[in-house]
Amino acid sequence: MSCCAPAVEPLEAFDGSAARQEIGLASRDLGDGLRQTDLAVPGVHCAACIRAVEAGLMRIDGVEQARVNLSTRRVAVKWRGEAAPDLLAALAALGYPGHLFESEADRADPELARLIRALAVSGFCAMNIMLLSVSVWSGAEAETRSAFHWISAALAAPCLVYSGRIFFASAWSVLRHGRTNMDVPISIGICLAVGLSLYDTIHDGPHAYFDAATSLIFFLLIGRTLDHLMREKARAAVRGLMRLAPRGATVLRQDGSRDYVPVAEIEPGMRLALTAGERIPVDGVVSDGLSELDCAIVTGESLPRRVAPGAEVQAGTLNLSGPLTIVASARADTSFLAEMVRLMEAAEGGRARYRRIADRAAALYSPVVHATAFLTCLGWMALGGDWHQAITVAIAVLIITCPCALGLAVPIVQVVASRRLFENGVMVKDGSAIERMAEIDAVAFDKTGTLTLGRPRLVNGAEIAPEMLAMAAEIARHSGHPLSRAIAAAAPAGGLALSGVVEHPGLGIEARLHGRLYRLGRAEWVLSGGAAAQEQAESGTVLGCDGTIEARFAFEEALRPQAGAAVDALRGKGLDIVLLSGDTRGAVQAMADKLGIGAVEASLLPAQKVERLAALAAQGRKVLMVGDGLNDVPALAAAHVSMAPASAADIGRNAADFVFLRDGLDAVPMAHAVSQDAGRLVRQNFALAIAYNAVALPIAMAGYVTPLLASLAMSLSSILVVANALRLDVKAAPHRTSSRRQQAEGLSPALGTSE
Amino acid sequence: MNTLVFLIPLALLLGGAALAAFLWSLRSGQYEDLDGAAERILLDDDDDREAGPRPDQPKTPPP
Repeated sequence: MSCCAPAVEPLEAFDGSAARQEIGLASRDLGDGLRQTDLAVPGVHCAACIRAVEAGLMRIDGVEQARVNLSTRRVAVKWRGEAAPDLLAALAALGYPGHLFESEADRADPELARLIRALAVSGFCAMNIMLLSVSVWSGAEAETRSAFHWISAALAAPCLVYSGRIFFASAWSVLRHGRTNMDVPISIGICLAVGLSLYDTIHDGPHAYFDAATSLIFFLLIGRTLDHLMREKARAAVRGLMRLAPRGATVLRQDGSRDYVPVAEIEPGMRLALTAGERIPVDGVVSDGLSELDCAIVTGESLPRRVAPGAEVQAGTLNLSGPLTIVASARADTSFLAEMVRLMEAAEGGRARYRRIADRAAALYSPVVHATAFLTCLGWMALGGDWHQAITVAIAVLIITCPCALGLAVPIVQVVASRRLFENGVMVKDGSAIERMAEIDAVAFDKTGTLTLGRPRLVNGAEIAPEMLAMAAEIARHSGHPLSRAIAAAAPAGGLALSGVVEHPGLGIEARLHGRLYRLGRAEWVLSGGAAAQEQAESGTVLGCDGTIEARFAFEEALRPQAGAAVDALRGKGLDIVLLSGDTRGAVQAMADKLGIGAVEASLLPAQKVERLAALAAQGRKVLMVGDGLNDVPALAAAHVSMAPASAADIGRNAADFVFLRDGLDAVPMAHAVSQDAGRLVRQNFALAIAYNAVALPIAMAGYVTPLLASLAMSLSSILVVANALRLDVKAAPHRTSSRRQQAEGLSPALGTSE
Repeated sequence: MNTLVFLIPLALLLGGAALAAFLWSLRSGQYEDLDGAAERILLDDDDDREAGPRPDQPKTPPP
């Protein structure tokens, strides 16, 4: 099983009430007592699944309506009543495990709807104007031509006002800050073209450029809409991943009652009850209970930490083996998590300083184009032309150089690149991340959870007697502890009839078979049950029978699949590899030796990771940070570009530019390679656009550009640029069908599909 | 010229009607789950609302 989330099925079933209250907290009020809960269900993929999930959920009391969205793999459940129905358990029972995700207050995407409406309007206007223009070009009589120009003007008006506003607003907002971007020359070109055409329409002139102006808006909006769709898809996929921070916790009141309280309302001094398998919601001190904590996602420590009364615990760690009572010592907004968010915000900068290629090009491009148009105008005046002819030629220059191809050159490549990444299980947050990724010259890895899977693996399974291994695996299946899970995975389920299975938190598990007492766990505890207890000092994890040791288990951290190959591939491209970890030096060094990484830093605090990255940035290095833990979040934000696995902490996934959904670390060199290809294609597209301008500009300056020529030239250059961008996709095409399916599975690495 | 007087407005009107229909379908959420719509055509929902499944047509077996 390739499982990215710490799965704790055997224990989770104990506490349905907390899960139900969490569902209640995550629901939205639709008014009239009706509430809606959105769940991610990665396992649905066909009509039968839709039916099974919808029919299964509708059978639950209180559920009014269940509707599956197959595109986003979500189900929206509308329900009534005081307490939320236990939807998660119901889904699990149906064979489609689901999970709650980020509250969806911003579910509707107004920006996308606006873009599509603008696209529809501009498409309608552009097509009709083009239709009329064709008859004008083929030589309509003066009277018809004039009528058609008036109709075109009437059609161009809504296009300009409604669809063009997207460009005008963007151009205006950068101009106000004294900068330029691609939208500035676009806006100026469109406005002047429409203005001149209106003038000519009123004065019954032979040429009008309404067709050029509206089809320009249409083409550019296609690029912009695709760009937005790609980012939205990535965001939705990342949002749909399992939420790792708890939404609330069970508070024990003075009078003995228990309430489920949202995290934000937990005050210092409150006593919180945590079952095994729950994440700790706020920093606190253990007051009762023995257990082990999985700190991997918080501090990067790979081995579980034992806690007893008096121990301090950090928000975000996972309670593994026994129930705990903790006394909260901080509010949620002063907890470790909040501290990380603060550090992250302070570290933000490398990204904000980056200027996108298209904007840098526009900064060079617009002064050149506008100066050329102005000089052309002056030149025609000087050569004795009248002012109307001079301005007509100048505007023709602007139209012909209007960066239709340039405006598409970058977004279209990034859309194709992100699609290719998506099919390989990597989400990209925005286009500039692809540009930054292509520039990197060093890679910094976190260890736990990034180079490794953050869970141990049994290494000496072959040395252990098969019947003992089967016995140990059978016992281990009763626990959610990472070491138990590693042992359980080493042998198939044997169906031994164990009785009296008891888990002793922090020590191990005991079980009886045929009247003999078996214990699996810490050596000293296993030995203490038998006669030969004081034999020798043992340590490690062992299986004992009536106090004698039957088998010893040795573990190592499981490397991510292809970790070694990925590191080698990156090194082969001339990138420096650095290992920045919060784990102990010994564990980090062992991992570094295995992967052949020279530059190693261990026991780093989150702020120190940021310092290391800042030091590298000060040397002019551009670093890709790959990390997953809460302690990596500030570093992810500080790096030039960053990447996180899907198993990362929630805010880590939000901070990273790329999120990879599959287990394999080969996603890192793959993303780098695709980004480099994309960078190359962007440069080619710029070269194409400039070559086109170099040819078209003299013709325009000489005054030979008619509206027909302008439309043709503009469409041709756009098609050329788009066709060039699609070459990126061609390389990936042979794997398309297989990777589709993998991608669907990649979205749900923790959950088996039902086929 | 005379034919154009009514043909052009007619063409624009038809195009405008198509645009309005598209905007309406967008607003009513018909593009929110394209994959689901493709699969749902295979479900025989009507059975549930009417007199239950017909004996000669077994329900879709669970996957």
